[in-house]
Amino acid sequence: MAKLNINGKTHEVDADPSTPLLWVIREQVGLTGTKFGCGIAQCGACTVHVDGQAVRSCVYPLSAVQSETKITTIEGLSENGDHPIQEAWAELDTPQCGYCQSGMIMASAALLANNPNPSDADIDAGITNICRCGTFPRVREGIHLAAKLASPAKTSKSA
Amino acid sequence: MSNTVAVNRRQFVIGGAATGSGLALGLALNPSARATTSADAGYDEVNAWVVIDPNDQVTIRIARSEMGQGTLTGLAQMVVEELECDWDKVAWEFPTPGASHQRDRVWGSFSTGGSRGIRGSHQYVREGGAIARSMLIEAAAKQWGVKESECSVSNGVISHDKSKRATTYGAVAEAAAKLAPPLKVALKDPEVWTVIGQPVKRLDTREKLTGALTYGADIVLPGMLNAAIKDCPIVGGSIKSYDAKAIEGKPGVRKIVAVGESAVAVVADTWWQAKTALDALPIEWEKGPHADLNSAGIDAMLNEGLDADDAFVGNQNGNYGNAIAKAAKTVEARYSYPYQNHATMEPMNATAKWTPERCEVWCPTQNGEAAHAAASEAAGLSLAQCDVYKTILGGGFGRRGAADYVTQAVTIAKAMPGTPVKLLWTREEDMQHGMYHPITKAKITGGLTAEGELESLHVRLSGQSILAALNPGSLRDGMDPLQFQALLPNAASGPSADHVFIYRVPNLLIDHAMRNPPIQPGFWRGVNANQNVLYLESFMDELAHAAGKDPLEFRQKLLKTEPKALAVLNAVAEKSGWGTPLGEGRGRGLAVCKAFGSYVAACAEVTVSGDGSFTMDRIVAATDPGFAVNPQQIEAQVAGSFVYGLSGMLYEQVTWKDGQAEQTNFHNYPSMRIADMPEVETIVMPSGGGWGGVGEPTIAVAAPSVINAIFAASGKRLRDFPLGGTKLPTA
Repeated sequence: MAKLNINGKTHEVDADPSTPLLWVIREQVGLTGTKFGCGIAQCGACTVHVDGQAVRSCVYPLSAVQSETKITTIEGLSENGDHPIQEAWAELDTPQCGYCQSGMIMASAALLANNPNPSDADIDAGITNICRCGTFPRVREGIHLAAKLASPAKTSKSA
Repeated sequence: MSNTVAVNRRQFVIGGAATGSGLALGLALNPSARATTSADAGYDEVNAWVVIDPNDQVTIRIARSEMGQGTLTGLAQMVVEELECDWDKVAWEFPTPGASHQRDRVWGSFSTGGSRGIRGSHQYVREGGAIARSMLIEAAAKQWGVKESECSVSNGVISHDKSKRATTYGAVAEAAAKLAPPLKVALKDPEVWTVIGQPVKRLDTREKLTGALTYGADIVLPGMLNAAIKDCPIVGGSIKSYDAKAIEGKPGVRKIVAVGESAVAVVADTWWQAKTALDALPIEWEKGPHADLNSAGIDAMLNEGLDADDAFVGNQNGNYGNAIAKAAKTVEARYSYPYQNHATMEPMNATAKWTPERCEVWCPTQNGEAAHAAASEAAGLSLAQCDVYKTILGGGFGRRGAADYVTQAVTIAKAMPGTPVKLLWTREEDMQHGMYHPITKAKITGGLTAEGELESLHVRLSGQSILAALNPGSLRDGMDPLQFQALLPNAASGPSADHVFIYRVPNLLIDHAMRNPPIQPGFWRGVNANQNVLYLESFMDELAHAAGKDPLEFRQKLLKTEPKALAVLNAVAEKSGWGTPLGEGRGRGLAVCKAFGSYVAACAEVTVSGDGSFTMDRIVAATDPGFAVNPQQIEAQVAGSFVYGLSGMLYEQVTWKDGQAEQTNFHNYPSMRIADMPEVETIVMPSGGGWGGVGEPTIAVAAPSVINAIFAASGKRLRDFPLGGTKLPTA
């Protein structure tokens, strides 16, 4: 039994230590907002925050997680779906099919937490998630908009 | 003025108990597949499209699939336009193919492809809304004992001004549901539309921001097990043997199931356990007849086709043979475009539950009825005993029009009666078992007069036909008409009218040497317009330069009979500042076409550096789809089309070695990322008069506009795709 702190809640899970965190989150904990896209850390659909940093959970083994490690998934990014990134995404109607968007939002939220006012070059370097529908223009615009929306009073739980 | 349409009563017959127990089960088990909240809750179905609850919430039934393209919202806008209900009280649900089957296909085709989601259903969904409005007004008028013609309606509130009475749709829905539908309804004239044409927000965004939306891959049913599958990676191969005993004791493993002749699945408690066990399963493959298939062989086969004597003629006028012999100057070029995989972000999946009496499937599909038929066949049960509950798709791009994964899921579930099983593919399985965009090459020859006028043109296509593999019955005397998308002769209507060769060339010959390697082809977003327009628009640029003419003026002159094509071309040229200097190492490129019923054009600006690397800086795109239902979603589709088209141009290619796709995942099948994305400025310029698609046509102009801009910036002409990245190939 491993103890996990996900979105502020403790979960006891029974899984092989080599199991990727993605599958523990999806199958043991039952949070399916974090998506499977490639399994080799290429696409970023599985992005979650581990102690505030964006990680690709499909290659992050359960054994690397301690009971005090703080894991945040898309479901826990904000209480009411009102993180500045989520607000900006809603304002711009950013998602198309939406499947990559959990990862895109988590990667963008982490970028913003580390860099409150990212330039286009920062976005190019920091957001390497794959989107096949082609939401990139609204993702870029959304990050800039979220940077404006964010205020000191309104910070990400995982930041 | 408005159109009056005769109503086919049978289509709008009011259903009593529209839903069977299976449908209710679907809802109970999958909160996201909303099929049925309305009917099962006992709310009143005014007609097949519209259900209204006592609180005035209007639930609109959408038969087409939603995969990001926004059709769900666009179709709802159309119903609401005619129904005149409150947009803020609109919900939606997917009817099931099983319910449609029971009700004489009341919702028509579920197939969602070819950019037809809107243009293939606008008429009957608007009628559905208009009929419901008429019945609701009639119910109110009857209650009040007044004439229907004295009643008006706005935002779901019916008013009778003379007597100062008002009521809501919710209050009269029950009475309306008991009325016979009208024989005739009037549809609004486009000039008075207030919902169609507005940039309303999508109906499906919120849940996509919080992880709450359940995709097919996320389905969890009580007692469900999980399956991973491995199909023979060699084209035409099968399973010789596998050693089930080697993995039977592994954690969580419940069953090892042979799936058809060529695949094996492991069923386990969790998918990760199933996948891990399957990776350890010793399998011996029967290599089959194509074990030595390779890309070099396919290349040679297509090259032979470029010069072959026999070819299917898709479009001709004048006398090309005579004219080219007299040309003052001839230009010839060869191009190639590879196999490509859809690589939807959500890997293929389906969840199935089978008993000897009933089979149910939960899955993302672009064609609910095809999935239903596949389920029925694999289950060995009648259509009436089966149903399919659609989820929103994590990408489709044409791949999910096929139902191979449904057949597999039902086959696996059948081995475990009563237990729901979710089958989920790995990305590796997806790359190796695609329905690939087929490979083609082109040889194009043009004849110019001494004045540099285009007098004769021959486009020879060589390569694989999609229809020959997927639907041979639709070939015409062996010819695949779809092969000629965007190159077809003008026609008043039908598929040919959607994909017209827009230029006026006095002596024209466009033909196709069909060469079909044994690889499974499929419809890939944009289909054959993608490479046809890339070939043609690259070559138009080559011709313009050979004639010493400006590429814009050269095209304008040939577009005199196509004012709408000319209009989109001029729009991008003007907005991009065509003709104004850009500076050293920079250039602009144009492309224009008609595809999927819409006129589209692009003007790209690129910078090529001294080391040969290039950046795509800006693209101006124009779209004339006839009527524009939701301009902000059209913009999203246009921008997305550049990602799909440019990703294909830069990176995407499936190659073959020893009968097997060499690409296995995104590390060797790269997809464009945000850093490569140019700024896109979209001009939506609806000219009315018809309904064109928006999800696909712009892909066709994406690559050639950039390729022509690269030539303008560097003098380097690129003809073989993909380029392999954002650096000019040195070869």
